[in-house]
Amino acid sequence: MSTADIEPDAASAPPASMKSGGRRFGDALFNALSVGSGLLIFVTLAAVAIFLTLESLPAIIASREFSGSADFSLIEYSLPLVFGTVLASAIALVIAIPISLGIALFISHFAPRRLASALGYMIDLLAAVPSVVYGLWGGVWLVPKLEPLYVFLNTYFGWIPLFAGEPTAPMRNLASASVVLAVMVLPIITAVSREVFLQTPRLQEEAALALGATRWETIRTVVLPFGRGGVVAASMLGLGRALGETMAVLMILAPGATFSLHILEVGRHNSIAANIASKQAEASGVDMSLLIFTGLVLFVLTFVINAIARWIVARSGPKS
Amino acid sequence: MSTPTTVRTEPSVHRPRDERRLPWYHLVFTGIAGLLVAIAVLAIVGALSVTSAILLGFVLHLLFGWGYSLLREGPRWATDRLMTLLVIGAFAISMFPLLSLLWSVISRGLTRVIAARPTTFAFWTEDMSGIIGGADAGGVFHAIVGTLLITLWASIISIPVGLFTAIFLVEYANVGWKRTLGRGVTFLVDVMTGIPSIVAGLFGLAVFIAFMPDQSVRMGIMGAVALSLLMIPTVVRNSEEMLRLVPMDLREAAYALGVPKWLTIVKVVLRTAIAGLTTGITLAIARVIGETAPLLLTVGMVTSVNWNMFDGRMATLPTFINQQYRNGNANCMSDTVTNPINQEVYACAVSTNIDRAWAAAFTLIVIVMVLNIIARMISHYFSPKLSR
Amino acid sequence: MNVRKNKLVSLAALGLVGGLALSACGGGSDNGGTDGASDGGGAAGGYAELSGNLAGSGASSMQNAQTAWTESFMGLTQAEGGDLTVTYDPTGSGTGREQFLSGQVQFAGTDAALDEEELTKSAEVCNDSQAFDLPVYISPIAVVFNLEGVDSLNLTPEVIAGIFAGDITKWNDPAIAESNPDAELPDLDIVPVHRSDDSGTTENFTEYLSETAPDAWTHGPVETWPIDGGQSGDGTSGLISTVEGGNGTIGYADASQAGNLGTAAIQVGDEFVEYSADAAAKAVDVSPREEGREENDIVVELDRTTEEAGVYPIVLVSYLALCGSYADSAQGEAVKAYASYMISEEGQATAAEAAGSAPISEELRTEAQAAIDGITVG
Repeated sequence: MSTADIEPDAASAPPASMKSGGRRFGDALFNALSVGSGLLIFVTLAAVAIFLTLESLPAIIASREFSGSADFSLIEYSLPLVFGTVLASAIALVIAIPISLGIALFISHFAPRRLASALGYMIDLLAAVPSVVYGLWGGVWLVPKLEPLYVFLNTYFGWIPLFAGEPTAPMRNLASASVVLAVMVLPIITAVSREVFLQTPRLQEEAALALGATRWETIRTVVLPFGRGGVVAASMLGLGRALGETMAVLMILAPGATFSLHILEVGRHNSIAANIASKQAEASGVDMSLLIFTGLVLFVLTFVINAIARWIVARSGPKS
Repeated sequence: MSTPTTVRTEPSVHRPRDERRLPWYHLVFTGIAGLLVAIAVLAIVGALSVTSAILLGFVLHLLFGWGYSLLREGPRWATDRLMTLLVIGAFAISMFPLLSLLWSVISRGLTRVIAARPTTFAFWTEDMSGIIGGADAGGVFHAIVGTLLITLWASIISIPVGLFTAIFLVEYANVGWKRTLGRGVTFLVDVMTGIPSIVAGLFGLAVFIAFMPDQSVRMGIMGAVALSLLMIPTVVRNSEEMLRLVPMDLREAAYALGVPKWLTIVKVVLRTAIAGLTTGITLAIARVIGETAPLLLTVGMVTSVNWNMFDGRMATLPTFINQQYRNGNANCMSDTVTNPINQEVYACAVSTNIDRAWAAAFTLIVIVMVLNIIARMISHYFSPKLSR
Repeated sequence: MNVRKNKLVSLAALGLVGGLALSACGGGSDNGGTDGASDGGGAAGGYAELSGNLAGSGASSMQNAQTAWTESFMGLTQAEGGDLTVTYDPTGSGTGREQFLSGQVQFAGTDAALDEEELTKSAEVCNDSQAFDLPVYISPIAVVFNLEGVDSLNLTPEVIAGIFAGDITKWNDPAIAESNPDAELPDLDIVPVHRSDDSGTTENFTEYLSETAPDAWTHGPVETWPIDGGQSGDGTSGLISTVEGGNGTIGYADASQAGNLGTAAIQVGDEFVEYSADAAAKAVDVSPREEGREENDIVVELDRTTEEAGVYPIVLVSYLALCGSYADSAQGEAVKAYASYMISEEGQATAAEAAGSAPISEELRTEAQAAIDGITVG
């Protein structure tokens, strides 16, 4: 994807209308602006990281790991939260990615054109619904609807650790939180994937069809490989939102601090962001610092997960 | 876009007889069969309900349709059928929650917005000054102004930075140290997407408080900075994807004509990608316009309009929704509540806070809808007229 | 800001005459511009020269009351030509105290009074004087439940403690049936619901349990719910919606938000008392003052084990933290006027109407007003 080799060199004659001074200035300005923006990202992130570290320093120093005497342990406090956050986001993505791809493909390749643009519009709207409303809706509408499903899974598939345990109504458990998270990230993943699928070169698609490929074969051999990078990017955006989502989880999940795999049980899990939001109101001093430390952990977690995702993408499959 | 359905030229491979296509209504038959079997099975088990019948019916339909197609049309078309059904199924499943969500917001919100308290649509033109207890009155004009201003400023900060970063990544970060920087930036942008919104709020607060003599300072611009921290990565990610999709031929053609690089970017690359870019930016705006946590920490809450981004607290729709939800059920000791400021008398309603929360959510969706339409008009007006 | 001496006098008088003066002098706005030449009865004129910004933050428990107070107070000042903005951020008690002690806000609302260390520290921001607390918001905490076919319950402290500690698990437990001979109690699991966030409500509730039923509730008074897991909700509204969402659920919440849920009558002495504003206010009146505090620092040590008739002992008292002295005279005057308004009969009635709180007694008001009058300015 290198454009370096085709950059216009100074030798090529500019059009008569173009003054070479404006040209040099324009290029220099653009170069400076874009490099500057890139650097700004570095500075901003560094600032956030430094800020988080500085603010969480009191908790780190006061913790048992560091001081050897304090009554709280950073690891004991943070690990269940990390576990809950990752579990909830993972389940949410497992639910959301296939469905989003389905919707995106439906809009881009299956639905009649008018319906498709109406749907695309609706999906964009949903991305804007504030998370408080997702929480409100999830708690009032969704949770009771999911109850029979949970009872069913628990009764017949209780031998799978995920569905084991004793669910009690109202089902303010990790599964409900994950479903709401999935609904929240659906519009984001769908909107980006749809846009990418629509950009598939028409000629390639028609070539595949002309060779007698079925619609699915066309999608599998042309559209999906072309949109791969975009889908991964969309999923990472969704993951980012799921990991950091605060209000919806806060309003749906009855929290607990265990490493339980029983996602149907109430009061077993919590997520970092929801925990911060829930405790920050009454926290001050070292308690606040401890919460900011968990924020730092979330920050690092995103770092690690992104690194792993990039590594996976780089390893598998051809570069588009 | 529509896929040409006329292309049905079968390749002359083995067993062409099995690869003939069946008309679509065969799918309806398999669908009905699936549903009937599902109802029968559920009736025997004793768990018959509309939802369970539809769910099991769909699964059975997948199975029947695929099996039937496998027998009559061959494995390739059977897979096609299966995937078509799955895609439509994914779509249908997702429509349930999404439609119900939209319906909840619209039905509950619209009712309150058009309710004549004191006049229809007064909810959009009045603020909350003097509205206490269970008073069934008040509006969100102040919050609308706050949301629009803060989002505007967040966009003013984020869009140029985000767009230029994307341009840097796609057009400049190809060789040497820029390549290394580009890789770093790409990674950091990914990390940035994961900044929890509440941390962005804490950061926005800390940055300003560090340089202010007055520690209690809360103002709109702080919220805009916090929001742009969340908005920039979305803008970069979306725009980068869209810029990369611009065919290299177009750039090469421009360069061949001697067009300078910056002009190529502005006139060719950005214009070609404008539809995608507007979608991306609209999405980024939509992503932050409903953010609650950062604004809670940085802009505070007031009950009347504040137009100044650099002085005083501001109300915004998300924080307003949050506040109203948290207020919960109102307390009605008598049937009426008097506004202490203008002495108007309102009816008292226990559910008034929740009603206002839904109506404000509806308002937010309307705003996004309008922004969306504007974005579409922009992209329609500027995008090159291609065949698509 | 030029504040004249006689203005102070009139402000002091304002508080003493209380709400009566306020309501009687609705038409007294023309006094405002004069040199306060009017007598005590014209106190309302004092609002005319209030201006600037007043910021408070703290306990979310008194948010509804604070909204009502700020709006009404700004209404009163505007009516007389004053130009004052009062805001209150429900950031939580701890943050509120912290912001108050670092000078970010001029007053704080808090569920727990300032402790000794905080009082010492307050000299830095309080113009070398000490801060003090005033009880301004008394709210009954209701034990709410959602049980099909049962609208009211009588519960003893031991039973409540047993339920929330997880020792009583069925609704038809003999311990519950004993005090509810008329109710048809189903053979259903009890689902106790607690607050998942740290809150003053939890602290007051657990304090009540640990003092009235120390054997059944062994976790002591705590701000964070001590038992891991179980059903919970974030904030009062979250808790209420969790209780509403299940059958056989029971929780504790600000009485004003109980909505349609059933509320339990609590055993006090030999009788069962339903929550009410009067019964809650009485709980504060029968309780002694916390010892070792300054004269103006009014902090109540709630007597949860009282056996007096008609007292509802599960109450939450929120305090207003103020400075003993304000360097900025405009701000100081505004704080004094606002605090006087909050404790005035009218202010308390406004809060009762908007937030369902219990008005403070006349006796308490007089003492609190004296403390406010003691604030020096400039």
